[in-house]
Amino acid sequence: MEKERYKNLVDKNIPKENVMINAIKAFLVGGVLGIIGQGLIDLYTVWFDIPTKDASPYMIITLIFVASLLTAFGVFDKLVSWANAGLLIPITGFAHAMTSAALEYKKEGLILGIGANIFKLTGSVILYGVVAAYVFGLLRFIFLGG
Amino acid sequence: MIYFNSFLISGLICLIAQLILDNTKLTPGHVTALFVVIGAALDVFNIYDKIVLWAGGGAMVPITSFGHLLIHGALSSASRYGITGLLLGMFDLTASGITAAIIFAFFMAIIFKPHS
Repeated sequence: MEKERYKNLVDKNIPKENVMINAIKAFLVGGVLGIIGQGLIDLYTVWFDIPTKDASPYMIITLIFVASLLTAFGVFDKLVSWANAGLLIPITGFAHAMTSAALEYKKEGLILGIGANIFKLTGSVILYGVVAAYVFGLLRFIFLGG
Repeated sequence: MIYFNSFLISGLICLIAQLILDNTKLTPGHVTALFVVIGAALDVFNIYDKIVLWAGGGAMVPITSFGHLLIHGALSSASRYGITGLLLGMFDLTASGITAAIIFAFFMAIIFKPHS
């Protein structure tokens, strides 16, 4: 009885997440990051006088640096709780996951803390990315000739 | 125009991810891993390449581009060295991103204190 009452009370007080608003926020934030990405590519193309294709790694490195720095300042977590997938799906989410894992396990030492846990959250992205790229690449190489 | 396309594609990919997050029990970890796999899968028939041509930076920012870069690194080295090239070139195009993430994450962890 107590448990049931408690559960009802909890259910009543959990704010209902508005799926529609979340989706719009993710769309807008993700879209703005896309514009920033294209802007940085254009900027570096002119700045370093390199082809567009070579500018995109610099753009990715820039976004990773900014996301990593904001995570270290503790700002990024607040932004993520507002924008959700809008910040987690872009490459900023990858940098955030790695930096926050490293920071979180810092107290357990350089080897068993940072070393063992830095890939804790991003490991799955690298693992399944590599496995998928290998399998699909193999299929394409065999059946479509590369 | 490319800026509009960038906004649309990057926003759309994030929107799909948000809908998956809100309507299933999958966590952001699941969704990012899934999107990397999708990015690699779309390039079996060069579909993501076309999206990159159309949307530029907007297609390079989401994590799907990571799968796209992995498979192209592997395939371009496979065209040079044969089937072993898949292993040799896997990280050719993503090396900069992964290395940058590792280096920045490490030094941030050394310099800063955790907040929570």
